[in-house]
Amino acid sequence: MGITRRKFLGWMGAAIGATTISGQKTQAATTKQFEGHPGSGGVLHDITRCIGCRKCEEACNKVNQLPAPEKPFDDLTMLDNVRRTDDKTYTVVNRFPNDSGTSPVYVKKQCNHCLEPACASACFVKALKKHKTGAVVYDASLCVGCRYCMVACPFNIPAYEYNSAFSPRIMKCTMCQPRLEKGLLPGCVESCPKEALTFGTRKQLLKIAKQRIQKYPKRYIDHVYGEYEMGGTGWLYLTGTSFAQIGMREDLGNISAPQLTAGPLSDVPIVVGLWPVLLTGIYAISRRKEKIAKEEQNEAVAATLSAANEEMEKKLAELKDKMEQQKEAAINLEIKKALKEAADQAKEDDGNAPADGPKEEK
Amino acid sequence: MSEETTLTDKKIFTPFNIICGIIIVVGLILTILRFTKGLGAVTNLDHNNPWGIWIGFDLLCGVALAAGGFVTSAACYIFGLKRFHSAVRPAILTAFLGYAMVVLALNYDVGRPWRLPYPIFYSQGTTSLLFEVGLCVFLYISVLFVEYSPAALEWLGFKKIRNLIVRMTLVLTIFGVILSTLHQSSLGALFMIAPSKLHPLWYSEYLPIYFFISSIFAGLSMVIFEGSLAHRFLHHKMDETHLAESTGVALGFAKAASFLMMGYAGIKLIGIAIDNHWHYLATSWGQWYLLEIIGFVMLPAYLYALAAREKNLILARWASVVAVLGIVLNRLNISVIAFNWNLPSAQRYFPSWMEIATSIFIITIGVVAYRFIATYMPILYKHPDYQEHQ
Amino acid sequence: MDTVFYTLQDFMTHSKGITYLVMAGILIALPLFWCFITDRDEKKRTY
Ligand code: SF4
Ligand code: SF4
Repeated sequence: MGITRRKFLGWMGAAIGATTISGQKTQAATTKQFEGHPGSGGVLHDITRCIGCRKCEEACNKVNQLPAPEKPFDDLTMLDNVRRTDDKTYTVVNRFPNDSGTSPVYVKKQCNHCLEPACASACFVKALKKHKTGAVVYDASLCVGCRYCMVACPFNIPAYEYNSAFSPRIMKCTMCQPRLEKGLLPGCVESCPKEALTFGTRKQLLKIAKQRIQKYPKRYIDHVYGEYEMGGTGWLYLTGTSFAQIGMREDLGNISAPQLTAGPLSDVPIVVGLWPVLLTGIYAISRRKEKIAKEEQNEAVAATLSAANEEMEKKLAELKDKMEQQKEAAINLEIKKALKEAADQAKEDDGNAPADGPKEEK
Repeated sequence: MSEETTLTDKKIFTPFNIICGIIIVVGLILTILRFTKGLGAVTNLDHNNPWGIWIGFDLLCGVALAAGGFVTSAACYIFGLKRFHSAVRPAILTAFLGYAMVVLALNYDVGRPWRLPYPIFYSQGTTSLLFEVGLCVFLYISVLFVEYSPAALEWLGFKKIRNLIVRMTLVLTIFGVILSTLHQSSLGALFMIAPSKLHPLWYSEYLPIYFFISSIFAGLSMVIFEGSLAHRFLHHKMDETHLAESTGVALGFAKAASFLMMGYAGIKLIGIAIDNHWHYLATSWGQWYLLEIIGFVMLPAYLYALAAREKNLILARWASVVAVLGIVLNRLNISVIAFNWNLPSAQRYFPSWMEIATSIFIITIGVVAYRFIATYMPILYKHPDYQEHQ
Repeated sequence: MDTVFYTLQDFMTHSKGITYLVMAGILIALPLFWCFITDRDEKKRTY
């Protein structure tokens, strides 16, 4: 049973197909993989039950020891303007006109304690963390004050102590993490007279919310806000009025913040891994080109040089030859002269004449 | 006596110095205000608009426009374009001062600047793109300092260290390109976490690539622009090589920037197409977007092309001004103008005069530092003792 | 490393942290390896 070529190719194709598919799915898979801390808590806010009494605001102010507000909490004229959370208020209740024209709608706003918090994903010193109770908590001892968390939060929740020069903090709801640790309910939940707020594990709350929708389909819009928004939030909302009407954005999408930045974040190490190789490669190529150019130049220079040299040598040799010839001629001449002289002298005195010849030449 | 004082007076009270002096005095007062009364006393920032022009202009534009350092040194040392060599030092210096200004501005902007080393040394929030930016800027400013240091060392006459550093040029350059690629693109990626706040025409999954590519031509344009300023005011400091090469540098860079900008306009179009955002182009935001792309990317690209074709240096310089303005517009659009676009206009951010004055103050410090360094150190000319080495 | 991660955020903090260390390692190792490759080449000036 040998492996045929065709089979092999088939396997390869399958393998490649599988990897590409799983590659595409990794993002989706990661959300499946991480389901949040087991038993992590949240709050269900049933907007249809809220009467806008601002008791929760008051309780929040008290348990978190926030500065006293300008107007007392029972002053309901505060509801005339739509407010947001700020550095002195972790939670606000806003009033919106009902689209069916009946009594207005009240909506409480605070940190939603996202399952995959954008603020925590954005913080570059891990000052914001998702705690296993479900609360997203802030550690002022780490915070640098860059306010990127405020940029990141899709619900515009974190506020900043702009008027503090030396120890400005991010201010936001803690879901009463210190109280949760003591086994107490969050301040707002405890104080709500209409049970518009229910604390529980997120799983339970989702069930309750869906049961309510099922039981009173006329009372509620068939959507639990926060089940999927931005990857899911700890706080869940039920409403009878459209979300757009009550200032809750429906265009946030279901992709969690860490997923939004996962792409560019994973490109970073690839650049680190590949750039040195590519750049050194480019350098080596340009270097090599340069070297070849230089070599060619050198060769050309050398060629012209050697040509010149040869000519030079030739000339030199000729010169030498000439000189030697001349020399020889001279020598010969001298010798001849000497010989002649010697002969003459010998003729005269027949003596030691030949030794004088070379000496004279020097 | 009186004659003497007027003479010295003349030297000190040049218009340049007077204006700088006023700006610096105002800046110092604002600095005191900022660090004793907090951000709220000086800025128009609020809970909805946590980032203003100190981030949008000083940080984003500062970093983009300081890209000339890595672009020029890469062109010269990695791609082997030796004819740009005389442009490397001024570009590195501008880059170094640019980043120094960015870091200075950050000290104003963050709430507790003394904790700025925290993300790197104390508590690393590795999932944050700001962490990536911070780490890279920190490393890159160190690299730039080392790359710039030979000029200072020549000035001071420390030969040995100088030669050691010059020998590391290639490694430093490659390191600089890696770090620049990373933090230039990550600055764009900072905004990818907020798709619900940035206008869809500017929000794109390609933001990091847009930022990186635009930083390259921002750097090229800045080298041309800064070159024209230096010619105007520091001409006497330039040596023959610099003068001889500078036209070639400007026109060469103009050609490169031109092509790159057209490519950039192309990928911007791809971004619109892939998200199917065509319908936004018909809105007033769309007009604004088109103004940025056509008026401040394609127009300067065309001007650059003309300049390169006709070897027209003046045109290249004007084109560089438009291109630099285009970068500023783009960065401000993403961080301030088209950010929080869906908020009612009463809740939108507009900088206070004190924020603007502080930004001008920081730029002025940079310009003064550049003038000082370029006057005293071998930036625009080669140190006579080191003619041979490079 | 058998820590259980309940959130993508925690997982990424961990994995990216390690990736950053790997990056540092690569940045140190690659130049050294390049030196090893070119060790036997004739010496020439690199600027
Ligand atoms: S609502 Fe905003 S502040 Fe609260 S956890 Fe989510 S991202 Fe963070
Ligand atoms: S302001 Fe503080 S908590 Fe928010 S991202 Fe910056 S360092 Fe983190």
